[in-house]
Amino acid sequence: MLKDFFAKKKKYATIPTERMKQDVPEGLMTKCPECKHIMYTKELKKNLLVCQSCSYHYPMSSYERIGSLIDEGSFTEYDQDMISENPLEFPGYLEKLDSDRKKTRINEAVVTGDGTINSHPVVIAVMDSRFRMGSMGSVVGEKITRAIEKAIEKETPFLIFTASGGARMQEGILSLMQMAKTSVALKKLSDRGLLFISVMTHPTTGGVSASFASVGDFNFAEPRALIGFAGRRVIEQTIREDLPEDFQTSEFLLKHGQLDKVIPRDEMKETLTTVLKIHSGRRE
Amino acid sequence: MVGELEFERPITELKKKIAELESFMQEKGIDLTDEIRSLEERLSALQNDTYENMTPWDRVLVARHPERPTTLDYIPYLFTDFIELHGDRLFGEDQAIVGGIGMFHGQPVTVIGQQRGRDTKENIRRNFGMPHPEGYRKALRLMKQAEKFSRPIICLLDTKGAFPGKSAEERGQSEAIARNLVEMAGLTVPVICIIIGEGASGGALALGVGNHVHMLENSWYSVISPEGAASILWKDSTKAKLAAESMKITAPDLKELGVIDEVIEEVKGGAHHDAAEQSRRIDACLQESLAQLEKMSEQELVEQRYEKYKKMGQFTFVNGSIAMN
Repeated sequence: MLKDFFAKKKKYATIPTERMKQDVPEGLMTKCPECKHIMYTKELKKNLLVCQSCSYHYPMSSYERIGSLIDEGSFTEYDQDMISENPLEFPGYLEKLDSDRKKTRINEAVVTGDGTINSHPVVIAVMDSRFRMGSMGSVVGEKITRAIEKAIEKETPFLIFTASGGARMQEGILSLMQMAKTSVALKKLSDRGLLFISVMTHPTTGGVSASFASVGDFNFAEPRALIGFAGRRVIEQTIREDLPEDFQTSEFLLKHGQLDKVIPRDEMKETLTTVLKIHSGRRE
Repeated sequence: MVGELEFERPITELKKKIAELESFMQEKGIDLTDEIRSLEERLSALQNDTYENMTPWDRVLVARHPERPTTLDYIPYLFTDFIELHGDRLFGEDQAIVGGIGMFHGQPVTVIGQQRGRDTKENIRRNFGMPHPEGYRKALRLMKQAEKFSRPIICLLDTKGAFPGKSAEERGQSEAIARNLVEMAGLTVPVICIIIGEGASGGALALGVGNHVHMLENSWYSVISPEGAASILWKDSTKAKLAAESMKITAPDLKELGVIDEVIEEVKGGAHHDAAEQSRRIDACLQESLAQLEKMSEQELVEQRYEKYKKMGQFTFVNGSIAMN
């Protein structure tokens, strides 16, 4: 059943909305899943969903992320009303999409749009791991591709926050093709001399890791995020070898030369602002 | 005699019966010509019926046939003056991908393909056709070289996937694949890709961003192997057959979905029955493709690739509202 949640299409959305705030941990107090430290939920939110004791970074919804980075009142969302079909007629897929829409109150696993970060204009795409594990199907690929095209049109930098388990199995080969589709768009962006920043957050794996996430002019990551191509279990079964504890974490990737920098959440906006500032005077 | 597959068993049994009758006839001197002729007719009908009604899973089995021609089997049929080139100039040489230069009907080309082994020993050397990052980086190096010298690039795809291992992760398997996708998008020479066997996931796609993408009739191309899909979707890798049926991974399916351009018909029963004839069919397809792409300018080739991939996917809109109740 369809119900008009955004009957009027607002040009500017104030983010995060009250509705989106419901997605953060409920209750007065919250226990950190890592160190079991108990905090006031309010304090946790104020701390950008980072544990005050052990710096565990809670997953952020797309809108929470946008709210933490984009100057208030500057965000315009693109293609909010784009939804998936069931191209392979995969049993149960539409039901799963429906249930995730209800659970997350977003239409798909990525939110795209434009806005400013400390007055620097950007086009931004933020994936949301709560929706089908952030997996990439046709809609995710199309929204990201359109966002890249917008960045080309507006001649602004393109910024992506990835959070994805990889390709969307239920869309089969079409989900694989989204890797190619986003890549052809990124090539065009790059050829125009425009900046592309990729920030990998927990988790960034499979087809997303093996496409746009890894080819930023800058590849950044949040601390302790899981980032990798193949799943740990698959690797263990294949090579029958013990894997280091930090295998496929941000820190592991940094050590192996795959990342430019690991950026804690409380420094994210500031660091991105600096990078944007350094690239703001475009060479003609 | 080529190895028999599960769905071919009735054919093999009938063939055996005919052979028995023939030897019986010779030994005992009894005339069984009529019986044999009738069985041969039945055999021919059975073969037609079996090979024209192959299920997706039957095709997966053919695509995995140990005797199915590989990249290196096709190269001598398709190209002359082939010289294999090695190494990524960064880390090493990955034998799961072969690449080199050669002539195609008098025209210089670069050829790159995944390469599995034909026996256990070779499979170990070639890592069962599952490339490491250095394989993809070698491929990219050769593509860039082709671009520099304005040679068309022909990629033959045949892999169970990029290698899932510790060393591959350490050296940036994701980045190597992703880089190829982006760089292939911008190549200013014709790129023709043919899936000749198995085409699994990003590991196949990393050689697969072409102006034209063709597929041998019995090859498969998917976001994940049928076994992988089954274990993710149903937590049961034995349901691979079911996954093969539901994931739309065969050449005819992908043609219908608009993901590939041409289905290259296979010789009856599969390419392994006649590699020479199969090569002639691939050759014809390549010639036609190349003739079309040669007419395009560098810019048009890049633009055609952009438009081709931009179109892929299926989605809809809900008129500014969220679809939920």
